[in-house]
Amino acid sequence: MPEPTHKIQDRGLQYAGASRIDGPLFVVERVRDVGYDEVAEIVDDQGRVRTGRVLDVSDRHVVLQVLEGTTGLSNRNTRTRFLGESFRLPVSLNMLGRVFDGLGRPLDGGPEPLSADRRDINGLPINPFSRRYPREFIQTGLSAIDGMNALVRGQKLPIFSGNGLPHDRVAAQIVRQARLLDNKEEFSIIFAAMGVKHDVAQFFIRNFEDSGVLSRVVLFLSLADAPSVERLLTPRMALTYAEHLAFDCGRHVLVLLTDMTNYCESLREIGTARGEIPGRKGYPGYLYSDLASLYERAGRIESAAGSITQVPILTMPSDDISHPVPDLTGYITEGQIVLDRDLTHRGIYPPIAGLPSLSRLMKDGVGKGYTRDDHPALASQLFACYARVKRVRGLADVVGAEELGALDKLYLAFGEAFERRFLNQGEQENRDIATTLDLGWEMLSLLPRDELHRVREALIEEHYGKTVAGAAAASGGKD
Amino acid sequence: MKSPATVSGPVVTRVSGPIVQARGMEAARMYEVVHVGEGGLAGEVVKLDAGRATIQVYEDTTLLAPGAPVQLSGMPLSVLLGPGLIGNIYDGIQRPLPGIAAQSGAWIRRGEKVPALDMSRRWSFVPKLAAGAEVTGGTIIGTVAETPVVEHRIMIPPDISGRLLSVVPAGEYTLEDPVAVVETPAGERTITMLQRWPVRVPRPVSERLRITEPLVTGQRIIDALFPIGKGGTAAIPGGFGTGKTITQHQLAKWSDADIIVYIGCGERGNEMTEVLREFPAILDPRSGRPLMDRTILIANTSNMPVAAREVSIYTGITLAEYYRDQGRSVAVFADSTSRWAEALRELAARLEEMPAEEGFPATLPTRLAQFYERAGSVATLSGERGAISIVGAVSPPGGDFSEPVTQHTQRFIRCFWALDTELANARHYPSIHWLRSYSGYAEDVAEWWERHAPDWSTLRAEALEILQREDRLQQIVKLVGPDVLPDSQRLILFIADMLKDGFLTQNAFDENDMFCTPVRQTALLRLIIGLYRRALTLIQSGAPLLRIQQLPAVPDLVRAKSVYGNDAVEGIERLKQELARQLEALAAEFKK
Repeated sequence: MPEPTHKIQDRGLQYAGASRIDGPLFVVERVRDVGYDEVAEIVDDQGRVRTGRVLDVSDRHVVLQVLEGTTGLSNRNTRTRFLGESFRLPVSLNMLGRVFDGLGRPLDGGPEPLSADRRDINGLPINPFSRRYPREFIQTGLSAIDGMNALVRGQKLPIFSGNGLPHDRVAAQIVRQARLLDNKEEFSIIFAAMGVKHDVAQFFIRNFEDSGVLSRVVLFLSLADAPSVERLLTPRMALTYAEHLAFDCGRHVLVLLTDMTNYCESLREIGTARGEIPGRKGYPGYLYSDLASLYERAGRIESAAGSITQVPILTMPSDDISHPVPDLTGYITEGQIVLDRDLTHRGIYPPIAGLPSLSRLMKDGVGKGYTRDDHPALASQLFACYARVKRVRGLADVVGAEELGALDKLYLAFGEAFERRFLNQGEQENRDIATTLDLGWEMLSLLPRDELHRVREALIEEHYGKTVAGAAAASGGKD
Repeated sequence: MKSPATVSGPVVTRVSGPIVQARGMEAARMYEVVHVGEGGLAGEVVKLDAGRATIQVYEDTTLLAPGAPVQLSGMPLSVLLGPGLIGNIYDGIQRPLPGIAAQSGAWIRRGEKVPALDMSRRWSFVPKLAAGAEVTGGTIIGTVAETPVVEHRIMIPPDISGRLLSVVPAGEYTLEDPVAVVETPAGERTITMLQRWPVRVPRPVSERLRITEPLVTGQRIIDALFPIGKGGTAAIPGGFGTGKTITQHQLAKWSDADIIVYIGCGERGNEMTEVLREFPAILDPRSGRPLMDRTILIANTSNMPVAAREVSIYTGITLAEYYRDQGRSVAVFADSTSRWAEALRELAARLEEMPAEEGFPATLPTRLAQFYERAGSVATLSGERGAISIVGAVSPPGGDFSEPVTQHTQRFIRCFWALDTELANARHYPSIHWLRSYSGYAEDVAEWWERHAPDWSTLRAEALEILQREDRLQQIVKLVGPDVLPDSQRLILFIADMLKDGFLTQNAFDENDMFCTPVRQTALLRLIIGLYRRALTLIQSGAPLLRIQQLPAVPDLVRAKSVYGNDAVEGIERLKQELARQLEALAAEFKK
């Protein structure tokens, strides 16, 4: 966290000049008592103050990464001062409702946040022994999520999207509608933007305003025109504040991080500038560990009431889910919500792909005592049937839908209904979990009951063909 | 942070993340543990060059500065071995996480120092030998009831042999209390219940034995189609979301090993928490005791320091070897070896080593081999039979098995359980693909199985053949649809589907289905293969497949796995008889 400029004079030594400047990197020679990851201030001859962070330190030189970029710096016109601490963010409850830049400086014209409580933005790893296992179902009001890929409090569930897909709208709808079943307490929302465009940030701010949640939102904006290395700190600022709200103040926090692909690109930029050995697609070999240091800051702990639920958003370059950014993210997060271009083209919103989407924690947050007894089996059966739909469609493409057997035709009808009626819903439509589950059964009732291998007889008896539309379709579909 | 001039002895000269360089390290040895800086951050010497040492530090190095002092410990990185390991959860360098939580709360701070074992606790030691006995390394001199299911055998450390001068009487002792004195050629040596062993050195055994017994996992596709032997090695590769961790958890819960060592290496914190919360609550079907009574957890999650992740694998396997030496069958689960390989890569890059494939160090295959070779079925130093089975999860980027970690792992394992994204997408769990997986132990364990089920090998071969033929037929079906196939071929499709739904898929959350005894496994397989055999002859005598599919008992076959639990195998038998009755009635219709 940068200090106000007047403090510069009362700190230790200043080092004049730089021996090497290369992209965002800035090398100072013959430095004493500087630690790894320490923060420095670099003042140029215009008196402009920039912030640097130590990437490598030896008894000969210090390599700094300059967050505001090195434009205008020369080998001679700078003075560098080391602040003796790593990056810190002052935290206090009255930061709620404020807007900050990517480095935690006010953007809303308000005062600098004042607090004696200044936190290291790198955080500390949560002891797995002290974690509380996430179990409370969050109702997002979206059937594709609640019914099939349920989100639980303390989970990290990213949205994998592509350019031009409505991930922002889906995320905004989740923020608007997310709530617990039996608890009126609302989420505090932390929004961190890394390299996104102004209009995207505006879209979210407007959405927060319209739904009247702005007083519960904190924004950290490092927009597309901000220096790219700044983005490496933005999510850490956001998560540091989230930890304060959740684990000191007992709030339930929902953190949106967008767009993680931009974050990873900044990481690659720094890695390349340092001449590191690149891993896949030029991303540094430590991309996994670095991403984990962000995503693993979600969760709950035994000793505090609050929770951090993370919804990172990332765009998959050329919709490629095996690209290193979505791939490594998927290995760390507890599932993924994948948006599908094909569904978008067919006008289905939210275009949440049925099969590749997954919530790993769903098994522990739904079913008896959480949502409804039939929920796990219903979801499993819907997945299995929808997988068959995909196979039948492949076959229909070859032989023509008319040539399909009677059962396969039922599957096609089921697939169409599943996409048009179950997945598809309005942007303002907030379905409660019972509606979603009943709708799921209505879809299954389009298929003969012998096809439902994954549901116990008792549940079939209770729910199969119980809705009027479903019953009609089921009897019509028997032969 | 002092200036270099004020400190004598070894000092830090460079800090780059977890890699630290120091000078004045002439006295240091390779892989010696050192403590860096005022906070005493633990690290290990990985390179020596004329008094300049490169140290990999197991903790976050933020604000560590050149000039900070370095202290040598004189010891290689070692683990403490003795009663109290079972039921514990450690980080990668054997610091107990409950102890850290008691000391510093929910977060792991730097420089935490908590002893791995409770030195003040008294254990009830029962001697097994009397003074005068000749002992060598590995000789069991007494026992301690570590948990209700684990009898901990106190052994003479591997490097000591001689004559027992004295043994303490049965009673309560701490780990550091002497329990025996051995007269060795080099003088008298005091034996305690505590041993120390360097993690990178395999503990000695007297002989390696052939693998003859399966590690029964209770998971049908594994036990019946791709079995692993006690002392065997297996890899579970799979893209994200294919269920590696759930499969590993299932194996750790239900495998019939005496001791389970579960290494969470660079994976999610919540998964370790899940194990911690779940295992004490689940009862082992064999002993009736909580699973935690036989389990040791190593958790170095993805956000914990990367150098400790590298070590966590060795820490885990060394604990396993210690119990193996007591004559136990130990199963080690490493989730995930890819994260471990990435830790190697990250450290190698910081050491500016020349990279080989995809940035991994050229030593990757050697390191993998060293790890998997610590598995095996052995005769211990004291002549008992012990085994370590290793199951390593692999997380190939993009789910592509041609990447270096998967490729090299395949060279050193004999059991390959390939997880498939498409199966996982259809929620077919475990998503082990029957055509891409293999097991080199099927022959070795066939004899054991056939003692329980004489037809095991034929059932297995037939099931595999049906699945293989189905795959070929599906190629045709994709082009022209299933309707053009003759009934005998559509029967293959039908039976293959039944095998998938009624046998290969197994619900980890269904009371009846999560664990399947060998008896029930063969009963279920016999049921389906039996239908296939009879249906084939029926079709040959002119009965249409549709009539067979419409038999009332057929849907029950698929549900049998969740309807009849391990204590209701006779239900499967009844179903088999009912099916046979219906098939014979059908046969009567088509008798020529």
